[in-house]
Amino acid sequence: MKILVAIKRVPDPYSKIRLDADGQIDESDFTWVINPFDEIALEEAVRLRERGHTVEIVAVGIGDAEWEAQLKTALAMGADRAILVLDDEPADPGSVSELLAAVFRREQPDLVLMGKQATDDDYNQTAQRLAALLELSQATFASALEVSGDEKRATVTREVDAGRETLEVSLPAIITADLRLNEPRYVALPAILKARSKPLERLPASELGARKAAGVAIIKMEAPPRRSAGRRVQDVDELAGLIRAAAGRS
Amino acid sequence: MSDLLVLAETDGAQTLPGTQPLLGFAQRYAAETGADFDVLLLGGTEIGVEAEAYRQFGARRVVVAASPDLQHPTADRAAAVCEAVMRQTGCQSLAGLSSSFGRDVLPRVAARRDLPMLSDVMRLEKTGDGLIFQRPMYAGSLIATVRIEGEDGVFSVRGTAFGPPESVEKTSEVEAFDVATITLPGGVTWISLEAGANKRPDLTMASVVVSGGRPLRDAETFERLLGGLADRLGGAVGATRAAVDSGIAPNELQVGQTGKTVAPQLYIAAGVSGSIQHLAGMKDSKVIVAINNDPDAPIFEVADYGMVADLNDVIPQLMDRLN
Repeated sequence: MKILVAIKRVPDPYSKIRLDADGQIDESDFTWVINPFDEIALEEAVRLRERGHTVEIVAVGIGDAEWEAQLKTALAMGADRAILVLDDEPADPGSVSELLAAVFRREQPDLVLMGKQATDDDYNQTAQRLAALLELSQATFASALEVSGDEKRATVTREVDAGRETLEVSLPAIITADLRLNEPRYVALPAILKARSKPLERLPASELGARKAAGVAIIKMEAPPRRSAGRRVQDVDELAGLIRAAAGRS
Repeated sequence: MSDLLVLAETDGAQTLPGTQPLLGFAQRYAAETGADFDVLLLGGTEIGVEAEAYRQFGARRVVVAASPDLQHPTADRAAAVCEAVMRQTGCQSLAGLSSSFGRDVLPRVAARRDLPMLSDVMRLEKTGDGLIFQRPMYAGSLIATVRIEGEDGVFSVRGTAFGPPESVEKTSEVEAFDVATITLPGGVTWISLEAGANKRPDLTMASVVVSGGRPLRDAETFERLLGGLADRLGGAVGATRAAVDSGIAPNELQVGQTGKTVAPQLYIAAGVSGSIQHLAGMKDSKVIVAINNDPDAPIFEVADYGMVADLNDVIPQLMDRLN
């Protein structure tokens, strides 16, 4: 089966996010990584192979030439080939899902795996939009995934607000990875060296003929109001009194 | 801005408390734009009995989409119904809760109708430049003020950011949507839901939340100490990602960037270090109390009251005093 894994390049989620004098995000100190949820999605594709499925894994990213670094990491993690859709436009979920839909039509995968959200803009939309554009089934927030022997169906356990929900989806489908789907592997040097010979295709976005979706304009960004540290309490009786008061119980 | 369809928060069997702040958002939207809003109750055959309870909040209509095929409303089906109801009502915009249900369904509708969508809306306001919204980015490290292109949009609403709706005198019309008139997608089969014991208030709506991390060690200690303290305060229990990852707490209790967002009157963080991802889900709480044996834990930087102590000593003492 062919699995398409969508990869987004984001600043390391532990980076300090600051604004510069013009109110734009100061990227000077950023280390760029694969969106952690996309990394989990890719790991799951590799594990499907290790569980005995014959799998071709295609990693796809949409961005500028800088994204090659993250796609090379994806190749080192186990993707067989990578596609970089070259696009300098700011990535909003509407237009990204249109481009991914065009890649899907070209590649005809049996399964799309991607993260449930990106840790930069926190939109949590792209996969669901992609599924709707392609009129395919979706299973978001996956914490367990099993593909049937005939590779026509997948059973997905989802982390939902009420607990853990299990769905069965017919393939092809779009599935998004939640935190606890797996723990991505550490990429060792031999894998990095081997990945150098794997194909990385650069494809101008204009060649895909995707529509530009209606978007969102950012007027400004600002740091949220800071909470200031309160005071230290030494005595349990005093703390109990403060808790009682704050809870509205006298 | 165009008329708004409000997708009531539902598990298929009944509507859920998160619908209240969502209606608060809808009233605000209507007041700022002069547009109308309709409320959609979507679910199994019994969902219609709730229509009466939603007639007093100023909606133009309460639309009921009841069908055995919506008893467990999967995203593909719920989105198909939303799309058809938007056609029937003439609503060109859509709002739902930023819950696992809303996040699953709303982007599908946005794509089908080619609409921009804002996730996690915390605020809306009419200005000289039209309607503007605020939403968090980078785990709440930044708040973006944004505008959508055009008059129509899809909004997932952060429940903690809006209050409950006000009652009005005029009652809404109740209208049925005949689900049989559309073809529901059939590619997804609902199998099961494994839900935790539901003996405490809804985490996202509770006025007190007692939350814990990995120092709680095991599920039994977590429940005995945090559950015990929460019960004395009529509160809910939350957890850090680390506590959920290590199997101490079930996933539905996770608070943070990728879990639930809470903003109770009182948030007690016990054995919580205070990563930015966790703070993203709770830093709008009114009063934060932190108990941690590490005096340098970042949680103390946002806590109103902090105690440097071993939670295994302090929590039983607190339970004693709060009996």
